[in-house]
Amino acid sequence: MMNHIVIAPVLLPLLIGILLLLIRQQNLAFQRIFSIASVAAQIVLAAILLRAVSSEEILVYAVGNWPAPFGIVLVADRLTAWMLMITALLAFCALIYAVRGTDRRGQHFHVLFQLQLLGLNGAFLTGDLFNLFVFFEILLLASYSLLLHGGGRLRTKAGLHFVVINLVGSTLFLFAVGILYGILGTLNMADLAVKVAAAPEENVFLIRVAGFLLFGVFALKAALLPIYTWLPAAYAHTSAAVAALFTIMTKVGAYCILRIYTLIFGEQAGPAANLIEEWLLPMALATLIVGMVGVVGSTHLRQQAAYLVVASIGSLLIAFGLNTSVGVVAGLYYLPHSTFAAAALFLLTDIITNRRGEMKDKFDPGPMIAHKRLLGALFLVTAILIVGLPPLSGFVGKFLILQAALPHPFLPWIMSIVLLTSLLGLIALARSGSILFYRAQPMETVYAPNATSTVKNGSIIVELIPVISLLVFCVVLVIYAGPVTDFSLTIADQLLQPAIYIRAVLGDGGIN
Amino acid sequence: MEALISIVLGTLTACGVYLILRFHTFPVVLGLTFLSYAANLFLLVMGRLTIGKPPVITEGVTDYADPLPQALVLTAIVISFAMTAFVIMLSLKAYAAMGNDHVDGKHKL
Repeated sequence: MMNHIVIAPVLLPLLIGILLLLIRQQNLAFQRIFSIASVAAQIVLAAILLRAVSSEEILVYAVGNWPAPFGIVLVADRLTAWMLMITALLAFCALIYAVRGTDRRGQHFHVLFQLQLLGLNGAFLTGDLFNLFVFFEILLLASYSLLLHGGGRLRTKAGLHFVVINLVGSTLFLFAVGILYGILGTLNMADLAVKVAAAPEENVFLIRVAGFLLFGVFALKAALLPIYTWLPAAYAHTSAAVAALFTIMTKVGAYCILRIYTLIFGEQAGPAANLIEEWLLPMALATLIVGMVGVVGSTHLRQQAAYLVVASIGSLLIAFGLNTSVGVVAGLYYLPHSTFAAAALFLLTDIITNRRGEMKDKFDPGPMIAHKRLLGALFLVTAILIVGLPPLSGFVGKFLILQAALPHPFLPWIMSIVLLTSLLGLIALARSGSILFYRAQPMETVYAPNATSTVKNGSIIVELIPVISLLVFCVVLVIYAGPVTDFSLTIADQLLQPAIYIRAVLGDGGIN
Repeated sequence: MEALISIVLGTLTACGVYLILRFHTFPVVLGLTFLSYAANLFLLVMGRLTIGKPPVITEGVTDYADPLPQALVLTAIVISFAMTAFVIMLSLKAYAAMGNDHVDGKHKL
């Protein structure tokens, strides 16, 4: 009976989403209460799952009680629970920010928000490749609408690119799924892992083709070089709360890369073993460089935040690309840190933008900002987090990544690129901070939040609650760095021994 | 029949890719439709080409049509249908907002 909790993170946002659709838009207060309650409940669910899986157990839920590999299974292992927890915490902060006005600018914001969470939670939980495609489509359709929510010319243009490139990605996903089904006759991930390892010689080429097609799709979602160009425009032009939620979207791509290429195309996969090993690390390094060059070259703060997301996915996939246990541990520590820090920067950017009148977030000396000391201090903390200076979690994350890279043959490349891009990031963010806060012109009148602002007048502290909570999560990551890395180590152990996962899904008959 | 299906798939995909690389939204939407047709057809034939065979496994029957790709392709068709509807509406919105149907929204100054 305990296993029913596995499907709850999928069902809850779906049911609340439908319920919110029935409540009319006029009852925004009700919608907000239900939406916040739903996300809070998802935090609790993620905590329960995290507790349940922290023992050796992997929870498997066979939908409709059809046994695997014939039915669809939802699988909650440690990695899944970890991702669910990060998503729920991030969504809570983004939602708290959104209820201050973003959700008023168009219809059905909360419905779309819940459906987005449905897609995210489903993608993390599913143990079936076609089901993963379906959850991808759900989260993409919700994200298209959230991206465009509120309207605007630039938003529409960026949205069109985002939608078209993701539709092409979905088509590639279908081709890859088709090839795998045509050859192996199954789409259950555990069963695929067994069958790939035992594939006869003449099919290996096609399996590798399907593996690379899938990698292309996940690299697109993760915004890896060379298919990252959709991200900066899309994230820079959407509303801040949505951009903050979207920082987890690139991590879905990273999660899928980690899951598929440890489980199906991992160490034990015989002829298709370590399929993308030689590709992932160079691509991640190149992504980090390009992302950081974008950060330096940005003319607007929101654009800079978007390029920082690209750079952070580069760092994250460097860690996963090392293909070692310590590398995965470093990545799993860096993942929540980079998600929360980037989300905090997006929200903070919006708060600053609303106080600069006509200048918005452009890097030109503008008017003095109200509450400049408080906002400046928060900007400093966020910048320290993102660049990776001690004593905050960015430093711990980057340190773990570099430490994991020590035995790797690419060490000189990794070391020089990571350190150099950190320096570039430091220079770029220091420049942004000094333009925004020091070089403001004191002669001009202090701007109050302007009339077109999405945020109502109110106490600055209330407005900053989501930002401060996100920063507090990062501080907690530092204070409890020991327990978090210990837990990450158990996640990595579970991931790098796919036999445990396969046995949990298929039973003892799976392995032989 | 395999050769015919392969040629059809290849033609659909090639047309789709060509149209997606055009710079007006209408051909791009058509190209996406072609590509999703190709993907759906590909998915369907991945259950192997059979004609007039029962779709379930019964005792003693060795030659049957695989029902699973048909279920998969139904799902994929529904999804691509919804996505096409969405992208058409978005293109119209972009056309209204930009004043032309260039994918980069190059508007007259």
